[in-house]
Amino acid sequence: MRAVNQAVRKKDAMLLVTGQPVYTQDLAPKDCLIVKILRSPYAHALIKEINTEPATKLPGIECVLTYKDVPDQRFTLAGQTFPEPSPYDRLILDQRVRFVGDAVAIVAGENEQTVDKALKRIKVKYEVLEPLLDFRTARDHKVLIHPEANWKSLCDVGADNTRNLCASNEEKNGDVDEVLGSCEWVIEQTYHTKANQQTTMETFRSYTYRDQAGKLTCVTSTQIPFHVKRILSNALALPESEIRVVKPRIGGGFGAKQTAVTEMYPALVTQKTGKPALLVYSRRESLIASAPRHENEITVRIGADKNGIIRAIDMVTLSNTGAYGEHGPTTVGLSGHKSIPLYGKVEAFRFKYDVVYTNVMSSGAYRGYGATQGTFALESAVNELAEKMKLDPVRIREINMVKEGAVMPAYYGETLNSCALDRCMAKAKEMIGWQEKYPGIELNNGKVRSIGVAMAMQGSSIANVDTAAVFIKVNDQGHYDMKIGATDMGTGCDTILAQIAADCLNCSVEQISVSGVDTDVSPYDSGSYASSTTYLTGTAVVNTCETLVEMIRKKGADQMGCPIEDVEFDGDRVHRVSGNESITLRALANVQDQDADLSATESYCSPVSPPPFAVGMAEVEIDTETGAIDLIDYVAVLDCGTPINKSLVRVQAEGGIAQGIGMALYEDIVYSREGRNLSNSLMQYKIPTRLDVGRIRVDFASSYEPTGPFGAKSIGEVVINTPSPAIANAVYNGVHVHVRELPITAEKIYNGMKQHKNKSN
Amino acid sequence: MIIKLWINDQEITKEIDGDAILLDFLRDHDCYSVKRGCVTSNCGLCTVIIDDKPVLSCSTLVARADKKHIYTLEGLQEEAREFGECLADQGAEQCGFCSPGLVMTVLAMVKELKNPSDNEINEYLSGNLCRCSGYMGQLRGIKDYLQKKGGAGK
Ligand code: FES
Ligand code: FES
Repeated sequence: MRAVNQAVRKKDAMLLVTGQPVYTQDLAPKDCLIVKILRSPYAHALIKEINTEPATKLPGIECVLTYKDVPDQRFTLAGQTFPEPSPYDRLILDQRVRFVGDAVAIVAGENEQTVDKALKRIKVKYEVLEPLLDFRTARDHKVLIHPEANWKSLCDVGADNTRNLCASNEEKNGDVDEVLGSCEWVIEQTYHTKANQQTTMETFRSYTYRDQAGKLTCVTSTQIPFHVKRILSNALALPESEIRVVKPRIGGGFGAKQTAVTEMYPALVTQKTGKPALLVYSRRESLIASAPRHENEITVRIGADKNGIIRAIDMVTLSNTGAYGEHGPTTVGLSGHKSIPLYGKVEAFRFKYDVVYTNVMSSGAYRGYGATQGTFALESAVNELAEKMKLDPVRIREINMVKEGAVMPAYYGETLNSCALDRCMAKAKEMIGWQEKYPGIELNNGKVRSIGVAMAMQGSSIANVDTAAVFIKVNDQGHYDMKIGATDMGTGCDTILAQIAADCLNCSVEQISVSGVDTDVSPYDSGSYASSTTYLTGTAVVNTCETLVEMIRKKGADQMGCPIEDVEFDGDRVHRVSGNESITLRALANVQDQDADLSATESYCSPVSPPPFAVGMAEVEIDTETGAIDLIDYVAVLDCGTPINKSLVRVQAEGGIAQGIGMALYEDIVYSREGRNLSNSLMQYKIPTRLDVGRIRVDFASSYEPTGPFGAKSIGEVVINTPSPAIANAVYNGVHVHVRELPITAEKIYNGMKQHKNKSN
Repeated sequence: MIIKLWINDQEITKEIDGDAILLDFLRDHDCYSVKRGCVTSNCGLCTVIIDDKPVLSCSTLVARADKKHIYTLEGLQEEAREFGECLADQGAEQCGFCSPGLVMTVLAMVKELKNPSDNEINEYLSGNLCRCSGYMGQLRGIKDYLQKKGGAGK
């Protein structure tokens, strides 16, 4: 009756496909106050005067709140374990506004029309300040984004608000300059990745009310209910014991909801008025005032010997965190930590970075979390090195890739326990037909068809930080109630964790009932992010089941009057090994004695973060007249350890790759010269439709991770990392144009081809 | 103005504002399956069926639906389950937020297209965005469903 490694249907599947009301907005009381935000038209300004009276006077308006109504203590919206590496740099509402769209006032009223009217009646006088919009000039710029005295950084991440620095650091191993100096081949290039929107189909939304116990309760579309509790406590200056956070089904996360974007606004309204309040971000707000991927500019130097052995990597990342520092200090780290270790023969590396404040929308967490940016840069540079050396880009990877058992100095010194990167590469090659198709061919319709490659890694949870607890109890029917604090955001973790429990307890997945998250009743979990749920919470499930099985055996043995060594539990009954006697779990659950309660709780925090691996290969068609590019085929082979749920792991992969394709080819947040975000609708911010993704083919080459549950590692993030560099490589192999700035548009390819022609003329 | 229409075969006569939007009207009448994902008619989350055709309720005035029969997922539970099971077997309903719009459009498609090819399916559904699934699992689920219904995809 094994459930692990099967394609088990998601527990919530039928609820979702039949359209049941299970999301935040569906559950909000009908008489909720409607909350909306007045936003700054300027990228940088001070509020000189704000007159709310004409708005407050409107019938149906409950309250209008400004910076004068909020606690003057700074906090971060980043969902991270305390003490957060992200600086405490914001207030719910501030007198200084720092990007076009920054919150100026909160209005709550009985319906949308009235609230919209009230928003127009608030009179604000601004002192417009010079905005700082170019992140390349931000460090030590005379314009300071956070000059305030109560700005603070809790961790030693090199932050300094008097220099516009959200983080800064340098790490190295060996002497990179010396090794580069002795290399036959050296390449140096700079790459630019843009801010990208996670674009969850359900925009940010939360509602709040006071529950029967008087607790300020926040029902919210979040990945991080326990962190939201602390964030609200910081923001509202309210003890955590008076706050409760509930996560219903949520309409997509991808990291977006690892930042508490909306919760504090209705919470403040409920705190002030005692009434239930609902805030639903419009798509426009979700695109101009949220938490997209950090824009990065990354300069890479690589050196190789005459045989193509990569001996040194030097990486310098400049990351744009925008107006606030959410996830700034940590995302940047991954640009190096989760790209450099792919190359196992490196003798020396250096990784240096700055994260800077500017007057654009603040950034946050997006699937891949910095590794995506670093992978585009490093994998593109490796491809350029291969070109220079006239080596096949697959070949250069085959001879340099990291192998199982390696110690990885650039990856916190961890030892690689499981790695099937070599098998991923071999399988991908075969699937796409690399041998026959590389580098490409000219078709006779003015197009070329070509292929490209990249590889990637990620982690599985944040080592020594992320923590997951699980509680399982036998109920009197002999079924199990499992409580987890990890948040299923559509990925299916409720089901995946039940599969793990089912195999540990020798029962069916249906016998495990899983509840959504309520901070009042669920055990603590740092949240569903950093590719942690299957690996980390999954291990906590295994541990909890082990403890529970011991208790069941003990109780069974006691009932039968024999030593515990003499009994086994087969999932249904506890029976004696030395005789025929047995007792059912159901009967045991109904025995009333001192230790009547059969329940266990265990938690887990991993000392390591085993990387999953990916190889991606893209086949594209390019019009040599116009530069127009079509993605024809995308092949990915993945090593996520043991896939716990075969269909869910596949769809995770396909979905992540489609997002990666969006990043590679279409998605771009464009600002006007004044700092206005022009990509404020799905018309301008183009995510791929089903006509844009070509064919995505996924396969697995599984290793077995000894520290993971049933050998599993993570899958959620690694999948987004290969499309950008693989497609860029395919473009080069087709038309000899290097696109080093995303997205890879027809215009950039066309301009590149034109430069070629001009040069050769 | 006063309108009369049917939501999932239930007659409703009501005084409405001339600029009332169908999506809001439907949610106000407890059709919570109808979702909003944009304001630019790009996402398809709000799809309902009127006269056998998929219609974006976010960009339809209630006034335009006067005298019409409107169907949402609440009124097509059996069909939703039948197709939904095919999606679920692929794990293609991830967050599920796009599912109601997708299911509605697919139910309209099977009435309109006979033996559609992959391309025809993708064209027909191109207005239904999904950020989670990467679309491949949805296509597999749709083809299974067509096969089960006897109109196998090519
Ligand atoms: S809500 Fe997006 S198309 Fe209707
Ligand atoms: S399943 Fe989440 S948007 Fe489609």
